[in-house]
Amino acid sequence: MKPFTSLSSPAVPLSLANVDTDQLIPARFMKRPRSEGYGGFLLHDLRRGGAGDTSAAVLDEPRFAGAACLVARRNFGCGSSREAAVYALADFGFRCIVAPSFGDIFASNAVKNGLVPARVAEEDVERLLQNESLLAGHPVVIDLAEQVIRAGNEVVAFDIDIGWKARLLNGWDDIELTRAKCREIDAFRARDLIERPWAAPSNNRPD
Amino acid sequence: MKPAGPRTLIDKIWDTHAITGHDEAETLLWVDRHLLHEGSFHAFNQIAAREATVAHPELTFGIADHYVPTRDRESPDLDPQIRGMIRQLDDNTQRHGIRQFGLGDARQGIVHVAIPEQGLTLPGLVMVCGDSHTSTHGAFGAYAFGIGASEVAHVLATQTIWQKKPRRMRIRVDGELGPGVTAKDIALTLISRIGADGAQGHAIEYAGSAIRALSMEGRMTLCNMSIEGGGRLGLIAPDETTFAWLEGRPFAPQGAQFAAAVEDWRGLVSDSDAAFDREIVIAGAEIAPTVTWGTSPEHALPIGEAVPDPDAIADADRAASVREALAYMGLQPKMKLTEIRIDQVFIGSCTNSRIEDLRAAARILDGRRAIVPGLVSPGSANVKRQAEQEGLDRIFQAAGLSWEDSGCSMCVGMNGDIVPPGHRCASTTNRNFRGRQGPGSRTHIMSPAMVAAAAVTGHLTDMRALLPEASR
Repeated sequence: MKPFTSLSSPAVPLSLANVDTDQLIPARFMKRPRSEGYGGFLLHDLRRGGAGDTSAAVLDEPRFAGAACLVARRNFGCGSSREAAVYALADFGFRCIVAPSFGDIFASNAVKNGLVPARVAEEDVERLLQNESLLAGHPVVIDLAEQVIRAGNEVVAFDIDIGWKARLLNGWDDIELTRAKCREIDAFRARDLIERPWAAPSNNRPD
Repeated sequence: MKPAGPRTLIDKIWDTHAITGHDEAETLLWVDRHLLHEGSFHAFNQIAAREATVAHPELTFGIADHYVPTRDRESPDLDPQIRGMIRQLDDNTQRHGIRQFGLGDARQGIVHVAIPEQGLTLPGLVMVCGDSHTSTHGAFGAYAFGIGASEVAHVLATQTIWQKKPRRMRIRVDGELGPGVTAKDIALTLISRIGADGAQGHAIEYAGSAIRALSMEGRMTLCNMSIEGGGRLGLIAPDETTFAWLEGRPFAPQGAQFAAAVEDWRGLVSDSDAAFDREIVIAGAEIAPTVTWGTSPEHALPIGEAVPDPDAIADADRAASVREALAYMGLQPKMKLTEIRIDQVFIGSCTNSRIEDLRAAARILDGRRAIVPGLVSPGSANVKRQAEQEGLDRIFQAAGLSWEDSGCSMCVGMNGDIVPPGHRCASTTNRNFRGRQGPGSRTHIMSPAMVAAAAVTGHLTDMRALLPEASR
């Protein structure tokens, strides 16, 4: 995973709450391999006027071209565990999502893909969504080490889980981190087989 | 070493599975069961790129459910992408020596229905699956949660997962539920009160006399919908109902080992003085048959009420969100819920497709005719066989509904079963998000009996009026 320290780019203001993963990428687009790219399907039905709704058409406005940051309202990424929702955001070019709260699974998926789920107070999100510099398409700065967002003259602090912050700053790979614990895992497994003999499936022989 | 002091059920399972110390930001947990469906191809591609192997294939189980068609499975016209995904699961499980309940298997079904049936879900286990409704297995006192593809790859490669310990929430439902009130109504009532993000960052333990009185099927429905309230997972302490349900199932402990396991499982309760970060109490008598009217599971109301009026809502953001939901759903403020006409019905999904659910729907449909089309997809091949032995299939078909095979079906618009744009579906599923059942679809979620009542009247209806005892 590529380390994330800071970024400077336009930020897209998405004034929606409860943006669920079915909106982030509708299920019908999830049958393709990742190599084909998912960015074109991001918020597809809210960008393309599905059912007459274009509330996410802001993503395609020229002033936000090249945006690597998305600002949204509460409960962003709620719903299903589909990591394709994060693939769609990442393939579109986003590396940071700013919102007051995130779906738990979505936030975890974001970090695994090098995206920063930056949690800010509701009132700060409202200020960012109305920030003149941000709305003009001027770059905002996301500083992960300092945990601040700078938009024009505005400075907003954000929260992120301490473990996730370390992973993102260092670009750590989960599987490599875990392999370094192989001795502890083996010791745990040996003990667990004795303490919970019933936990293994009783009948798992090939048919 | 287990920490001193009183512990919740959540703490007890966590402590039993923690490999790394308690002082770290995240804990490395051992995973007892890893469940895979066709969407796991991303994860298998990730481990292939690393030239990694599956660490514990004997603790890993594959099942085809999300993309599988519920009808014409052998058709040469089957979407080649869907056919390809099913084949990929076959290939990946075969290559890594993983047992799969594939399309031709008599045990195939929706993962959260078929896996418990086989006795693979047990109290005290940590279980994961690349599906948010993995919380269903919490009904057995398992610590079960959904994960994304990268975490699926991690579990495949290591049989462990890094997790931050969630906060603990207890939801007590006390007293008796009224006639026709189900676990689905408990879930929708709860979500309407706490909001779609009300349990964010929490693991939920459901407790209280109304929860104890639920069957295992009802408990699975309730735990299934924990995610709709924002919870990481939901679980219920195991009891005699749990043990009786599990005994004799194919993969459960057998004989003396089962008796020994039950002794261990009896300790899987929260200590009486254990502290929760948040407690919520609901009286069972307050809960009525409930339906959703909008585009989030929190948009739910008892069937006797009316659609909200955004002009009467003081909070501007909330009023705007209600306005947007009503516009998408094609509803007028203040109209009675029972005036909402529907175009079709769906009975199925990991939330409500078990035998008890089908019986409840059939009880309403028996001797009546649906006036809208509908599809019934039993939760597993086993449920389908049992329903057919009981004659439920004949009741559904006589009512005019189609009786199909098992899969995620119309819950999620990815397998061919969809609701057309602008059409309104009364559904036993778990999410009424915009377009969830197909682009432009409008979903109202409710219990199986409520869906059956809507089918025979053509509009949202209080099923209590259609119960056999109501006509006496």
